[in-house]
Amino acid sequence: MTKLLEIKDLHVAIDGKEILKGVNLTMRSGEVHALMGPNGSGKSTLSYAIAGHPNYEVTSGEVLLDGQDILELEADERAKAGLFLAFQYPTSIPGVTVANFLRHAVTNVRNPGRKEGEDLVPMRDFRKELRAEMDELGMDPDFARRYLNEGFSGGEKKRAEVLQLAMLRPAFAILDETDSGLDIDAVRVVSEGVNKVAAKVGTGVLVITHYQRILTYIKPQFVHILYGGKIVEDGGPELVDTLEREGYDWVRAKYPNDAKAEDALSV
Amino acid sequence: MSSATTINAPPNSASVGGFSETAFEAFLATRDEPAWLIERRRQAFAKFQATPWPTARDEEWRRTDIRGLKLDTFGPPILSEPSPADRVAAAPTIDALAAHYATGIAHINASLSQKADASKLGGAVLLDLASAIKLHPELIKKHLLTDPATVEADALSALHAAFWTGGTLLYVPKGVKVEAPLYSLICLAGQGHVDLDHTLVILDEGAEATLVRESTSRGRDDSPAFHAGGIELFVGAGAKLQFVNIQNWDEQTWHFSRERAYVSQNAEIQWTVGGLGSRLAKVNQDVALMGEKANAQVNGVLFTTGKQHLAYFTRQDHIAPHTTSDLLYKGGLKDRSRIVWKGMIKVEKDAQRTNAYQKDDNLVLSNQARADSIPGLEIEANDVRCTHGATAGRVDEEMIFYAQARGVDRATAIRLIVEGFFANVYDRITLEPVRETLRLAVADKLGRR
Ligand SMILES: Nc1ncnc2c1ncn2[C@@H]1O[C@H](COP(=O)(O)OP(=O)(O)OP(=O)(O)O)[C@@H](O)[C@H]1O
Ligand SMILES: [Mg+2]
Repeated sequence: MTKLLEIKDLHVAIDGKEILKGVNLTMRSGEVHALMGPNGSGKSTLSYAIAGHPNYEVTSGEVLLDGQDILELEADERAKAGLFLAFQYPTSIPGVTVANFLRHAVTNVRNPGRKEGEDLVPMRDFRKELRAEMDELGMDPDFARRYLNEGFSGGEKKRAEVLQLAMLRPAFAILDETDSGLDIDAVRVVSEGVNKVAAKVGTGVLVITHYQRILTYIKPQFVHILYGGKIVEDGGPELVDTLEREGYDWVRAKYPNDAKAEDALSV
Repeated sequence: MSSATTINAPPNSASVGGFSETAFEAFLATRDEPAWLIERRRQAFAKFQATPWPTARDEEWRRTDIRGLKLDTFGPPILSEPSPADRVAAAPTIDALAAHYATGIAHINASLSQKADASKLGGAVLLDLASAIKLHPELIKKHLLTDPATVEADALSALHAAFWTGGTLLYVPKGVKVEAPLYSLICLAGQGHVDLDHTLVILDEGAEATLVRESTSRGRDDSPAFHAGGIELFVGAGAKLQFVNIQNWDEQTWHFSRERAYVSQNAEIQWTVGGLGSRLAKVNQDVALMGEKANAQVNGVLFTTGKQHLAYFTRQDHIAPHTTSDLLYKGGLKDRSRIVWKGMIKVEKDAQRTNAYQKDDNLVLSNQARADSIPGLEIEANDVRCTHGATAGRVDEEMIFYAQARGVDRATAIRLIVEGFFANVYDRITLEPVRETLRLAVADKLGRR
């Protein structure tokens, strides 16, 4: 069953300052999209706005999941509807183990109608599944007992994000610079993990990255450039090669008005 | 709201009312106690009469207002066989303790309701104080309320020393290592509303034991209750004591407790406090490191809701050299409740090479709740290492969002974060059932209203 995520003319402000100025993007199940753009162009802002962070104010536009407007939903309801964001900077939660946290997450996402206080997914099955996924991602089983992201290295945090993705099997996943902080081998392992989930459940993936490497494993059919708060270029994988070769100067030259907006953003 | 009957004649205390001279003489007449003990009580009573009642002008009571306590509506408890209804009320708590620990002793409304099973004591003596005085008079005479610092600290400690009733002795002879944890339950049930328990623990040289003490209210009416208690822990040379004290009175109960551990050379104490219940609590929890290389670990888990006010004052008295102490208190506050923690590390002149640590963290869960956290150091030696710290903060919204982004609803996210906040103190508590009791109590209070 093909699912559809539509972002229509999305405007987002933080503390009253407009960061996104009309973003349009449509994704279907099974598709891989890459989103690139210079630092500060608004990629994480887009991720947070879709995920439902309360500080990111949607001033106009729509985000539709299979035609349903999700902007009115709380972040947890969006996750239960099938959205997943792998954070660029994952938050640590001291004292809460990876396993305990994920058991709650998995329980809620897999039984969206569940009421608070109802049983969690059975411990034995959960443990087994968690262990198998961790194994796939090359994570030490002891990791399950560590406190979530607490004292994790940069790469460990990113792996833990993909572990959660693998356990939650979302309809759409946004990977916000999941490759940054990972060593060369880990980029491959983690990418394979993402691909496997996508193959299994048909996840549509939006890969936000600055580098080509992750895109050689998670191969995008569509590539977008976010610049000055708008998507200014849509293309195929060749766009990645162009950026890798030439950087963003040509984008700047081609879109002088957005370049002004971009400069305004980065003050 | 109290019913008329409970106001007029509180059933488990003397109808004379209050802790007056008449009440005291009447109380003594009911006690079948040796002369030395009666004399000790008389001295304490004189002290009680001579000591002014605490007011906001006293530093220790500056933040803790007890003007709402009507002392003369209480009196020394009248001892009687616990009623069947009261036993039924207390049963779930006793059953829970019995399920986890080897054996234990229980008091309901200050009267002994259950003796320990002697065959499961592993060589220890666990008795109500009245029996202990008959069977081990010298031991009791030597240790019970002999320290002026404990008896004369304030009017409430003097009241306790004069009027204590019920009470428990744990004695572990030299070299005896009691493997299985023991328990002691202090319960106010039904119409009970006064408890003046004294807990005395004596570990002889090289002895080892674990005692879990819990005080709780069960099926009580909604009249005010009063507890003025005392705890004395003597840990002999090379001995190891693990002592857990969970205070879980209902929110009509005034709780006052004067507690001190005396730790001898090479001895160790791990002392865990759970402060969950009571309307208002004023607790002094002190450890005195009396002998070289004595070591104390102190853990506190406090959680308040409604209008509760919990004031916990801690001392780490380093008296001998090479002693170590490590205190970690954690508090969670909801609604309009308040926690006051005031800590003091005191290092005497001779206590060189002391290593002392003290930390109090609070998680404030409502705009109306308030945590006061006041660490303190007084150091007279010059070669020491002392660290202290205190924090108070709110639940981090970024953590909540992160959890929500993974499908966890806000209320559950907060619960997980709060549990996580207490995790580093739970991690220090080696007794799984104690961790579980505290965890459940916190979850329960967090979920309430
Ligand atoms: N909480 C905030 N308060 C103020 N400005 C913010 C806030 N969050 C983001 N911004 C601003 O919004 C703009 C877009 O930031 P965003 O994090 O979305 O960029 P990005 O494209 O993800 O950059 P990078 O490639 O460095 O991750 C930046 O100018 C940033 O400073
Ligand atoms: Mg970013």
